[in-house]
Amino acid sequence: MRRANVSAAAALVFKRDLTLALRRWDEVTQPLIFYVVVTTLFPLATTPDLAQLRTISGGVVWVAALLSSLLALESLFRSDVEDGTMEQWVLSGQPLAWLLLSKVAAHWILTGLPLVLISPVVGTALGLPFDAWGTLVLSLLLGTATLSVLGGIGAALTVGVRRGSVLLSLLVLPLAMPLLIFGARAVSMQMDGDSPAGPLQLLAAIFFLALSLGPLAMSAAIRISVES
Amino acid sequence: MWTWLHKFASPPHAYRLLGRLAPWFGWPALVIILLAAWWGLVRAPADYQQGDAFRILYVHAPSAWMSMFIYVVMAVAAGIGLIWRIKLAHAAAAASAAVGASFTFLALATGSIWGKPMWGTWWVWDARLTSELILLFLYFGYMALRASFDDPQRADRASAVLAIVGVINVPIIHYSVEWWTTLHQPASVTKLDKPSIAIEMLYPLFMMIVGFQLYYGWLLCRRLRAEILRRERNATWLKEGI
Amino acid sequence: MDLQSFFNMGGYAGFVWSAYGLTAVVLIANWWAARRRESEELISARRRTQQLKESRT
Repeated sequence: MRRANVSAAAALVFKRDLTLALRRWDEVTQPLIFYVVVTTLFPLATTPDLAQLRTISGGVVWVAALLSSLLALESLFRSDVEDGTMEQWVLSGQPLAWLLLSKVAAHWILTGLPLVLISPVVGTALGLPFDAWGTLVLSLLLGTATLSVLGGIGAALTVGVRRGSVLLSLLVLPLAMPLLIFGARAVSMQMDGDSPAGPLQLLAAIFFLALSLGPLAMSAAIRISVES
Repeated sequence: MWTWLHKFASPPHAYRLLGRLAPWFGWPALVIILLAAWWGLVRAPADYQQGDAFRILYVHAPSAWMSMFIYVVMAVAAGIGLIWRIKLAHAAAAASAAVGASFTFLALATGSIWGKPMWGTWWVWDARLTSELILLFLYFGYMALRASFDDPQRADRASAVLAIVGVINVPIIHYSVEWWTTLHQPASVTKLDKPSIAIEMLYPLFMMIVGFQLYYGWLLCRRLRAEILRRERNATWLKEGI
Repeated sequence: MDLQSFFNMGGYAGFVWSAYGLTAVVLIANWWAARRRESEELISARRRTQQLKESRT
């Protein structure tokens, strides 16, 4: 059999995952609904006053986005490991890191991106001003993408573990705290009239660091989970 | 060099060596910690600003230092175990986690006790305390992941990946938390900042750090011996050795 | 210096002594846990080898 080259294999994985996810539509929509529900909790728990909500709106949107994308990441590799697909990939001789990265990318497009796109609406409901939309979307784009890589490492480590979802949050949330700090801070700086360039650049730096090293850690973790 | 390393890392040899090494860590640790405590509590003069409350520094700062040091040791050991497949390194990482977590807890608790007279509250979202708290979460995550596998080899390798990812993240977390607190509350942090203290007031601090290091060395010897016994329960050398 | 002012710690007695006491507790607990774990493993290893010897004879 002729061996397909790396980019072709990665593209195939990407397409396959998109098609599969589109067939299981509820897995895509559930984190989104969770996201909206969680953000609704905050006004109910604190105050309906928009002026007061505005001060915490960036943080609330960010926390809710972190939690709901983590929720979606839990089952990222599970079905592939259970039905033996992952084992085939490990043995295929293709660089596993690339295959996993394209899998994560497909997953992010289906769960992370919609989350980012509806966040201005959610933010507005919490009193987020219109001119902070751009910063919110940009920071969430970088943040959820980085979180997908981090969560991918966590999902790869916990794939064979009972009650993996709680463990996954326990592993990934501490690692994701810098994202939360920079992302939420960028939004509030924009609202205060400062330039959010600093935290956004830091977010971008973390994103590229995760993008370059994350897939390696992911493939190491998958090999450990699959081998035994 | 490699044969030497493998001989050293072979379980029976390491087991005996650690047993012989332990007292060389244990007794100096005891003497130095007691000496440092005496120096910090009695000999060092009270701080002109904080009075006697600053003496907490002599246990708080060394614990904070140890908590980070042990995390790095754990990650390095995990990396060695993962790359060169040395079981003893994995065992060292496993033996370190609980000790590191207890030092992190100690740093948090003493920091909080110190904060009460200085800030007026038990907890302040100060940069150092917050990053210690996140470090504690990292330790918990590591221990939880390790505990969730039944097969020790899988537990070793999976938790090793986590430790390495974590140690890359530690500076980022530390920096981000520092940046976050300077933006939010620039005034209140300065009180706990290192005052320009005289060099002789630092002696007990360094002594305490050395004492804690030796103490950690002793703990590592003991815990590693226990780990070796547990992992090698079916090996033939055990039947003759003990 | 007299003992009274040493224990008083300039009015910060509760804080200083509880911090040092907590440190002592954590250090001793770690010491105790390490010793106990080692002796437990040693006992179980001895029992195993004993059982193996008996089963062979």
